[in-house]
Amino acid sequence: MSASVRIPTILRTYTGGQAEVSADGGTLAEVIESLEKNHTGISARVLDDSGKLRRFVNVYVNDDDVRFSEGLATAVPDGASVSIIPAVAGG
Amino acid sequence: MAVQTVAGTTTPQDASPANPHGDAFGPAAALSCRECGARYPLTPVFACLECFGPLEVAYDLPLGDPEHLRKQIEAGPANIWRYAPLLPVPADVADKQNLHPGWTKLVKADNLARELGITGGLHIKDDSGNPTHSFKDRVVAIALEAARTFGLTTLSCSSTGNLAGAVGAAAARAGFRSCVFIPDDLEQGKVVMAAVYGGDLVAIKGTYDDVNRFCSELIGDPAGEGWGFVNVNLRPYYGEGSKTLAYEIAEQLGWRLPDNLVIPIASGSQLTKIDKGLKELIALGLVEDKPYKIFGAQAEGCSPVSAAFKAGHDVVRPVKPDTIAKSLAIGNPADGPYVLDIARRTGGAIEDVTDEQIVDAIKLLARTEGIFAETAGGVTVGVLRKLIETGQLDPAAETVVFNTGDGLKTLDAVSPTTGPTATISPTLAAFREAGLA
Repeated sequence: MSASVRIPTILRTYTGGQAEVSADGGTLAEVIESLEKNHTGISARVLDDSGKLRRFVNVYVNDDDVRFSEGLATAVPDGASVSIIPAVAGG
Repeated sequence: MAVQTVAGTTTPQDASPANPHGDAFGPAAALSCRECGARYPLTPVFACLECFGPLEVAYDLPLGDPEHLRKQIEAGPANIWRYAPLLPVPADVADKQNLHPGWTKLVKADNLARELGITGGLHIKDDSGNPTHSFKDRVVAIALEAARTFGLTTLSCSSTGNLAGAVGAAAARAGFRSCVFIPDDLEQGKVVMAAVYGGDLVAIKGTYDDVNRFCSELIGDPAGEGWGFVNVNLRPYYGEGSKTLAYEIAEQLGWRLPDNLVIPIASGSQLTKIDKGLKELIALGLVEDKPYKIFGAQAEGCSPVSAAFKAGHDVVRPVKPDTIAKSLAIGNPADGPYVLDIARRTGGAIEDVTDEQIVDAIKLLARTEGIFAETAGGVTVGVLRKLIETGQLDPAAETVVFNTGDGLKTLDAVSPTTGPTATISPTLAAFREAGLA
């Protein structure tokens, strides 16, 4: 299964400047693993040392904040859109 | 020097990096990550490249004779620019085209104190007196100057209403284009106030958090190039404007700190920067070093930080807001973890009140002090009352409670239960019959 992943500006050094890349996986964890294979180093920016999503990263699967669903175990349907967004905006 | 890699990103530096804009940022030395401490040049970036943590302005503050600095401040203009030596702005900022906000009233609230049983003194920092009638003019003024320095030409934001008006007005005064984004369910007063300045106002179908997400994506898109989102890519500068609330309170109290401060929480930025300002005042010797307690106030219908505080958590689980206090309706507060840290460090607390209690508190403040607060002010006053009733706030201590906006913006909240005492014919008999004589 393949998903389209929107990459925030601060991670585009890992994607050669691309704002959107594709990745495989049936869950968010698998999608991040797939991203890491093609864009080495990106996983450590999104996940902390214990493998959890960093607290200042928001991830959306098809417009739904994964914190409201299953976090890294959130299902990513084929053709889904995944957005990684810094959480420190607003207010 | 910064190494530009992709538009909008810079590499972290170990020490204070060289800044490409000379002294345009006054005493500011660098951007520093609150999470990991990585330092970056003063550029329009907001999240740490290493850990996504929030960046904030780090300073080389003017350590020296506090008396000299106090006199310099007191001789300054009656707005936030009297504190320019402590802000990331150029020394001549007061001569530039902006709204010159701040220096709002600190009202001694003896009537409300009596009503609440406060004996140690109560003051209301009434920020409804700003140019667009909310505290947002303070933060926008700093962000505007940063945008000017960076050569950004469009001023923008995600907003729960007050900020949209403040950005629209500041942009109009400074000759910038503005394009601001709001949820599509805001109070009419705020929508009109945001639109009247002539910039673009875009209502997004969704909650504030949806709007915020949209803006965070727009900033990384070519469509957002050259834009200064005051609370996204200019957020490190923007937040510093809230420090001026701390400075003003201390100066208005005769250069001393209160015991308690009751502050509303939306994203939590304001509360964290007021704490930063208080710490700076102490570090600079402008006030005596003494303990103070910071209390956070939320609406029950959007209380993720209050819930985390009560549960003993150090992370905030996002919620979907449902409250009349729309200016505080941020379900995923960016600075929530830091608010928790500050409330615990200072010995304060975080509480929340129902919509009914918010309306009651708006009326209480109006009835006792002649101040008509917006819903956020109802939240702080309502929480103050609750903190006293539950024994969490010492009524014998001196307290400052914040009103951050004007009640005329949120008439919808009180209009269902507020109106004429009687509607009568223009005759004395009718007046007597109504029982008002």
